[in-house]
Amino acid sequence: MFVRTYARLFVAGFRRQSTYRLAALGGLVANTTFGLLKVALLFAAVDAAGGQLSGYDVGAMSAYIWISQGLLGSINLFGRTDMAVRIRSGDVAVDFLRPVDVHLATIATEVGRSVFALLPRGLPSVAIGAFVVGMSLPDDPAAYVLGALSIVLGIVVSATTVYLVAATGFWLVETRGVEILYMVVSGFFAGLFVPIRLFPDWLHAAATATPFPSMMMYPVDVISGRVDGAESAGLVGLQVFWLATTIAAGQLATRAGRRRLEVQGG
Amino acid sequence: MSAPIIETHELGRDFRVRDGVRRRTVVAVDRLSVRVAPGEAVGYIGANGAGKSTTIKMLAGILVPTRGSITTCGLRPVQDRRRLARQIGVVFGQRSQLWWDLPVRDSFRILAAIHSLSPVAERERTDELVERLELQELLGTPVRQLSLGQRMRAEVAAALLHSPRLVVLDEPTIGLDVLSKQRLREFLVAERRTHGTTLLLTTHDMGDVERLCDRILLVDRGSLVYDGTLAGLSRTVGAQRIMVVDLASPAGDLVDVPQTRHVGSEGSGMRQRLAFDPEATTAARVLAAVSERAEVLDLAVEEPDVEDVVRRVYASRR
Repeated sequence: MFVRTYARLFVAGFRRQSTYRLAALGGLVANTTFGLLKVALLFAAVDAAGGQLSGYDVGAMSAYIWISQGLLGSINLFGRTDMAVRIRSGDVAVDFLRPVDVHLATIATEVGRSVFALLPRGLPSVAIGAFVVGMSLPDDPAAYVLGALSIVLGIVVSATTVYLVAATGFWLVETRGVEILYMVVSGFFAGLFVPIRLFPDWLHAAATATPFPSMMMYPVDVISGRVDGAESAGLVGLQVFWLATTIAAGQLATRAGRRRLEVQGG
Repeated sequence: MSAPIIETHELGRDFRVRDGVRRRTVVAVDRLSVRVAPGEAVGYIGANGAGKSTTIKMLAGILVPTRGSITTCGLRPVQDRRRLARQIGVVFGQRSQLWWDLPVRDSFRILAAIHSLSPVAERERTDELVERLELQELLGTPVRQLSLGQRMRAEVAAALLHSPRLVVLDEPTIGLDVLSKQRLREFLVAERRTHGTTLLLTTHDMGDVERLCDRILLVDRGSLVYDGTLAGLSRTVGAQRIMVVDLASPAGDLVDVPQTRHVGSEGSGMRQRLAFDPEATTAARVLAAVSERAEVLDLAVEEPDVEDVVRRVYASRR
């Protein structure tokens, strides 16, 4: 019963996203454009460093660029969510009228949307990159299995983390400030602009103390084969840690927030 | 009397509101003690801001009371929220519980899964609701493309899919045209007859109250000021019925009909409106008196307007 309910909500999110095909195409065009821009900048950086930059050669850098661009449709680095809107408008009352865990139901729907986005945005992005620029990918099938797991974990951690931004709405009502803060920090620490390996040590340490690398950087490292087997398992372990932490925080925030809920209007 | 389906005792809720720079406390609901038995149909009425929606949110477990106690379906709404959700269905006229970008059918399927309906129960209940609410042609339409009337029918079906014992409707007919209102009311009457469902509705539409409710709770500024039948309420405030007569030829104002008060005339007296107190006289006697004075072609008797009744109650308390 438990599985059926949340599986349905997952499918609901998946199907909702599937109704916006033109938006998905637009997203792919934007991803590809910025992907090519990153190619120009980061390839130049690798060349300037003599063909190797913090362990990245041109092939590994290309894999990083196109996989991270492909994940953009599935990882929330903007901070905006339906949940925040529902809390502000009071529509969240409807969610609490259902015999479900509102936190987990929201996550299930969000993850459904994100998984769908892999089809029109994720896979084509990687295919375009491989075809146009070329990239180095691992030969070992085990790397892809662990990589797929890592991507799913990244998607879920993104949903559970951004949920916490929405949950501040139980107290703040207006969450735009928190969303902007999230947007500024998350993309940077998730490794959207440059791989976090390229950060100075102190900044790299700061990034790894947040859940953001678990959303994008770690999955990219695992599936591109940039890190070896043992290190990959360690990164997946870190993702599991952040998943547990953000879910626990989300449960607490929802429980406390519900008591604060005054349901705007009507 | 069987165990009540709703029972509140000295229920109260305050809100802190910002008033310029200072904060003050507004009492939305105060000392509300009510019992509703299973199978009743209760109209919960009062002006905007009287505390109706606040009460509904407390009995559904989405708002925590400040004072007093409340039991719904034998459960504590806030603590037992998820168990209670299986037994009540709530329709908020101004909020949607459907999935905006999916076809209506998908929303029903998701809700059936959420409520853990068995495949057989899901099919039977969906078929029943689709037939009674005439949703067949809408099932494949995305919710965002429905008209308001169509959407409200789908909303009601969504709220009732799990066959709740208690159905709470918060202004269900708001914004609907006459025909849509009529269909919705007929459905609710039938649902109550076949399943013994308890209804609690808030509304500003007196047609809803007159056709659906056998008991009225009237609130004013958070407190209960009347509990009884609509007829009883009209009687207490001396509400009058209005007889509208269409005459064969223009006539002077009928100001001398016994036990009536002339309210107005249209079309140089071809149509006249007379108010009378049903306790003091009858429609037949008024008609006879009018017929002595002019030839009557047609007539209609208007029931007391509940808005008017509410206004009178409020006025008498201030």
